[in-house]
Amino acid sequence: MSSPGPATAVSAPASEPAPQTARVRRLRTAGQGSWWSGIPGFVYLIALVLLPLIIILVYSFLSRAKLGVGVKWEFTLTPYTELLYSESLSGGRSFDPTYLQIIANSFWYAIITSVVCLVLAIPIAMWLATRPPERRTLLVFAVTIPFWTSLLIRTYSFIIILNDNGPINGTLQSVGLIDEPIAMLYTPFATVVGLVYTFLPFMILPIYASAERFDFRLAEAAYDLGAGKWTVLRRVVLPSVRPGVIAGLVLVFIPALGSYLAPELLGGGKSSMIANVIAAQFGASRNWPFGAALSVLLLVITLLVLVIFAVVAKRTSRATGRGGWDALL
Amino acid sequence: MDASAPALSVRDVTKTFQTPEGGQVHALDSVSLDIADGSFMVLLGPSGCGKTTLLRCIAGLESPDAGQITLRGQRIDDMPVWRRRVNTVFQSYALFPHMTVAQNIAFGLQMDKVPGAIIKRKVEESLDMVHLSGLGARKPSQLSGGQQQRVALARALAKEPEVLLLDEPLSALDLKLRRGMQSELKRLQRETSITFVLVTHDQDEAMAMGDQVAVFNAGRIVQVGEPRDVYLRPNSRFVADFIGEANVLFGTLDTYGLVIESLGLVARDRLLDGAQVPAGTVHVAVRPENVTLDKDPVGTAKVTDVSYVGGDIRVEVRTAAQIIVSRVPSQRMVPPSIGDRMSVSFAEKSLSVVND
Repeated sequence: MSSPGPATAVSAPASEPAPQTARVRRLRTAGQGSWWSGIPGFVYLIALVLLPLIIILVYSFLSRAKLGVGVKWEFTLTPYTELLYSESLSGGRSFDPTYLQIIANSFWYAIITSVVCLVLAIPIAMWLATRPPERRTLLVFAVTIPFWTSLLIRTYSFIIILNDNGPINGTLQSVGLIDEPIAMLYTPFATVVGLVYTFLPFMILPIYASAERFDFRLAEAAYDLGAGKWTVLRRVVLPSVRPGVIAGLVLVFIPALGSYLAPELLGGGKSSMIANVIAAQFGASRNWPFGAALSVLLLVITLLVLVIFAVVAKRTSRATGRGGWDALL
Repeated sequence: MDASAPALSVRDVTKTFQTPEGGQVHALDSVSLDIADGSFMVLLGPSGCGKTTLLRCIAGLESPDAGQITLRGQRIDDMPVWRRRVNTVFQSYALFPHMTVAQNIAFGLQMDKVPGAIIKRKVEESLDMVHLSGLGARKPSQLSGGQQQRVALARALAKEPEVLLLDEPLSALDLKLRRGMQSELKRLQRETSITFVLVTHDQDEAMAMGDQVAVFNAGRIVQVGEPRDVYLRPNSRFVADFIGEANVLFGTLDTYGLVIESLGLVARDRLLDGAQVPAGTVHVAVRPENVTLDKDPVGTAKVTDVSYVGGDIRVEVRTAAQIIVSRVPSQRMVPPSIGDRMSVSFAEKSLSVVND
């Protein structure tokens, strides 16, 4: 897969490539093989990726049903105008930045999450990559331990941790550092903590994969040529792990942009991200076409971000001689 | 400064490594060595003898457990790597893959805060010096092994170090390329008059390149000298065996001379270095090219093998005590047949006493 299709962006990235690899294995030579061996893959893609996408796209151009559940088959552009304008009771239209604000919010959370994950992941990945090989396997295995439990349960556990009576506030109070509990739960801070916790392994693993291949004799050569520690890190180590960093950013930024659980459960709905607003349109707000329009918008934004990453990755691969996507896929 | 003062001086340097099994390896065992300014010193020895460890201690990539290293009278063993005026050409070349050839060479100069215009000129000069002009914009991965080697050399030389350290720089090249690079390195060393210290396990390379050769064994320097001296006058059985081929014979030394009973030979003259050797039983080494074989129907030696090595005939004969090897230019000898009886002799001056 040389470039990520739109399908990768919206469907679960972990399960999607499987039928394709199965297809590849059956081919003896590239470009040869019977066309029907691709049927399972096509059926899968059409049923689970293309069809839902078409439904969402179609719904986004339809009218709201009477009771708000489902759609009325009547073409309209209202869902898209609703993104930017609000209609007053008297029927007048006025510019309403609410949804732009929410998108900006989502971007902001996704950027903070990516940056915090990156800052945490680089030293962790470097540390992992410099352990003796036999211990490395075990440590990398440890990084994946969070995947053993459902994300829902893990996010709930943060409600307990960040709570006013939780272990953090409890410890700080018993030590005497604070008198009153710090309100952490249901704040933007809690959302970011939840997001960083969720996505950190996705940043550590690709960077580790790059760092593991790093030739530490290059660092020695840089020291020998008169470079200090920070220069070695900045000019020799980081450029070498750049494919991993780009892969990590894609794997963290894009899912973080569409996050639902952390802002819902930990942010208390106050710091809503776009996924929460979409969910609300299909639920409490009962405006399916508008929810569909928001989904299309998220899809377009995600695609744009992927294109930007792809351009950067291509430039990197030209610079290092190996593709940024290699580390990703 | 005194012109004869060594550029680099190593005093009693010791370095011990822990093995994963919990044991200890004495990579360097109280090693001392003086390297003259502007000379080409070769550290020679089998793998694991400590020669690379010494090079890394000089570079600062390894810190010695004891002893001191001085560069032009200044102690450098406690100095961080990046402040030492020595540079290394690594065995793996260690070129930065994400930088162009020119950026690789410029890197060290940028670390010294050399102005941009001067860096540009120096990069050009360095590329010129190693015959790679015009390849500055290439990536290391677009170069052949030999070219990468030259870039590594240019990168280290661009910094104009006091001492250039070369860690088995030619081991990855094929034989023909290696020969070419040997004379190339010698030329660069003469032209720049920078002190070169080269590590190798290849004795031919050491002989071909070094002004001085230091032979290492098991963490110690066993002999230092000019290649010819070390070859002709090995001071130990190890050196005699490691460098070239040697016949080691058992004899008795007394006030009249040396007797090698197994061959029925007596050397009337004292050996060149015999004065330092106490009377008694000794081992002496003699190089195959100094062994003369003559057809002799009643000779004690019997030919067991005849082969051609380069332009030489190499003959192995079995005597009562051991196998002796002789090497003679082919035009000076009619090759004997296997089973021929020969008498063995050698010039007394070609013998050297080797202690075990």
